[in-house]
Amino acid sequence: MLAYVIRRLLATVVVMTVVAFVVFSLLYLTPGDPAAVIAGDAATNEDIAKIRANLGLDEPFLVRFGAWAWALLHGDLGTSIFTRLPVTTLIGQRVEPTVALTLCTLFVAVAVAVPLGVIAAAKAGTWIDRIVMGFSVLGFSLPVFVLAYILILTFSIELDWLPVQGYRNLSEGAWEWLRHLVLPSLALGTVYMALIARITRATMLDVLAQDYVRTAQAKGLAPGKVLVGHALKNAAVPIMTIVGIGIALLISGAIVTETVFAIPGIGRLTVDAILRRDYPVIQGIILIFSATYVLINLAVDLSYMLFDPRIRY
Amino acid sequence: MGSTVSRLVAAAALALLAFPAAHAQQKVLKFIPQADLRILDPITTTAYITRNHGYMVYDTLFAMDEKFQVKPQMVDKYEVSKDGLTYSFTLRDGLKFHDGQPVRSADCIASIDRWSKRDALGQKLAEATASWAAVNDKTFTLKLKKPFPLALEALAKPSSNVPFIMPERIAKTDAFKNIEDATGSGPFRFVRNEWVPGNKVVYVKNTDYVPRKEPPSWASGGKVVKVDRVEWIYIPDSATAAAALNAGEADWWEQLPPDLIPLLTKNKQITVKNIDPLGSMGMIRFNFLHPPFNNPKMRQALLYAVNQQDYVIGIAGDPKNGHPCYSYFTCGTPLASEVSADPLKGKRDLDKAKALIKEAGYKGEKIVIIDATDQPIVHSQSLLTLEMLKKLGLNAEIQAGDWGTLITRRAVKEPPEKGGWNIFHTWLVGPDMVNPAVNFPIRGTGDKAWFGWPTDQRLEELREAWFNSNDAAASKKAATAVQQRAFEFVPFIPTGQFILPTAYRSNISGVIIAPVSFLWNVEKK
Repeated sequence: MLAYVIRRLLATVVVMTVVAFVVFSLLYLTPGDPAAVIAGDAATNEDIAKIRANLGLDEPFLVRFGAWAWALLHGDLGTSIFTRLPVTTLIGQRVEPTVALTLCTLFVAVAVAVPLGVIAAAKAGTWIDRIVMGFSVLGFSLPVFVLAYILILTFSIELDWLPVQGYRNLSEGAWEWLRHLVLPSLALGTVYMALIARITRATMLDVLAQDYVRTAQAKGLAPGKVLVGHALKNAAVPIMTIVGIGIALLISGAIVTETVFAIPGIGRLTVDAILRRDYPVIQGIILIFSATYVLINLAVDLSYMLFDPRIRY
Repeated sequence: MGSTVSRLVAAAALALLAFPAAHAQQKVLKFIPQADLRILDPITTTAYITRNHGYMVYDTLFAMDEKFQVKPQMVDKYEVSKDGLTYSFTLRDGLKFHDGQPVRSADCIASIDRWSKRDALGQKLAEATASWAAVNDKTFTLKLKKPFPLALEALAKPSSNVPFIMPERIAKTDAFKNIEDATGSGPFRFVRNEWVPGNKVVYVKNTDYVPRKEPPSWASGGKVVKVDRVEWIYIPDSATAAAALNAGEADWWEQLPPDLIPLLTKNKQITVKNIDPLGSMGMIRFNFLHPPFNNPKMRQALLYAVNQQDYVIGIAGDPKNGHPCYSYFTCGTPLASEVSADPLKGKRDLDKAKALIKEAGYKGEKIVIIDATDQPIVHSQSLLTLEMLKKLGLNAEIQAGDWGTLITRRAVKEPPEKGGWNIFHTWLVGPDMVNPAVNFPIRGTGDKAWFGWPTDQRLEELREAWFNSNDAAASKKAATAVQQRAFEFVPFIPTGQFILPTAYRSNISGVIIAPVSFLWNVEKK
């Protein structure tokens, strides 16, 4: 297994190199000039040219890419063109809210959706199944921002239970931290819940039709034990796959949620950096996103072994 | 094991009970700014959010009051020689930078020098300047090569770029390179380690600041800070910002989008008010390098077709928040007039416009309007202009992108079919259009002019004559001449004057009526 992990990690380096080059090239070709954004409305072409020169943006593509790649090899993601803060600092400031939002959403989604999916499968064709699947369709259909506004209107404005916006670091107190995460997690998690519930139901239905389940039932095992101990464990591999893919989706889906709830996470940093053409920040974020995707996939692949002893690397 | 569990439980309980007590006893003003603060340097950028940040942390030698009078601010006293060529300035006692260092003449001279490399009026002052010299740490002189009646107006310039005073060590930075250190001598200190770009900017009261004794009036007078701490909380989504103000999570929202005004007006705890007496001015800017708007008749034709009322409603949503302004200089200011404005002001006359288009020999060239859909003020104007051009039978189209793309593309001098453009829209705040010195879109200096690059020697001569006018009457006369020429040459078309109101909760008082949201004098109960 160790050899497999090392091989995958080495492959990550290759993937990241390709991503770095592609990202740099795409940004180079994208219209928009940070110097023009900095200079503001009253600037002339001459002003913009001087700012470009100061920022090194007038250097040829290969010179700029070489300098960036060299700095990257030394662990330096560069400096934001606008704030003059190191990209690592900017990303560091934003990691906690996004990770907290993602994990909270993941926890809520899995905790709610898997039992719902299992129950729906166990009660397939009944009104319980129809209600669960109805909610699932609703969850898919409702855009995140619409649900977010409904939640804000209900729980923040009308009931005054939870804050409208913002994020509190865990260090400022767990209660405040949690209060600020409830609505965003619900808004972001609904689609994800719907997805996991549907996959769980479908996989469980497949597993419940297997001979070994019938055997377990015939032996007189309690229905709960059959569902959780036998069926769910065997349905876990596809569910884990969707959970893994979901984490990656959550990170990108967090952009809308972070914007609506004014959470200073990576998603909002990405949008802001793109809008103002802050190249070093965009490049840094994409590299970190890519690495996260690759590592999550690796973790999901490794987790298969826990549920299916036949899988070995 | 048991003790470990107990410790964990105790730690969890403490974490749950923990409360951010550090600022609990302080008066914290939570302010939702108009935009995200991205750049700390108010000299390298004209972005209004950076100008506003500048007013928090820096001070100015002079400042303009609500009557457009120049008042000393950091300066205690000043003298002007009889020939108008020598100015002597003495700084007030007790001026200190946030790092504890006293404000010296050298700091002021270096700051003005850097500002004058970027600001148009500053450049004009620099052209007339023979020397700046420090007499001692508190007194310095300005010697002019030729009289420049606007010297003090320049030093009191209220909007971008404002001649803020920085420590000499910072002001020595290249004028085209952003400064990173926000040390000033102003009424607030910037708390760098709490700055989260894209989310929060924190300022605390500068307890060393010695305000002037006069009451505040625009940027002049006593800058008395009545809260301990100000947090700018940037909320990009306007519906969320409105909800935050409604729920009391914010005290003041600087600029409301028109569609949310009715929602906030319903809340009796919230005051929705126009505190910007000058508002902003929208405009249609042409590209003078390519057909068809390189022909003055084409530009004049549009004067007969633009309906400013439509633009005002398109931008501000409600006629109460704007009105037509048939002047090249901000309506409501001394130089504003409607002289020669008949083509823009009179009954809309599409037939006259079409006749002029015919005279211009328009051959059906495609007219490209570059648009930024993420900027509602730009986008609404673009849509209205497209509709108007189509009504006139012109072959117009919108090419949409975001603001970042627009401001890059407008710098392209190539023809529209090769990535250039014919028209773009923008807006400027009132103080940036009050006179021929600051009104940069009116200039006709060709390659050196603002995007669109109009060349008109006559406009430049009349502008120069305005600079040489010595009193209010002469200034008005000279500015009127500039406007008359502008209505012939049409460097741009004003599309109206509008205000985006502000909203604050009822526990806030002392908001200053001014074109900039100043945060001193504001009290929170």
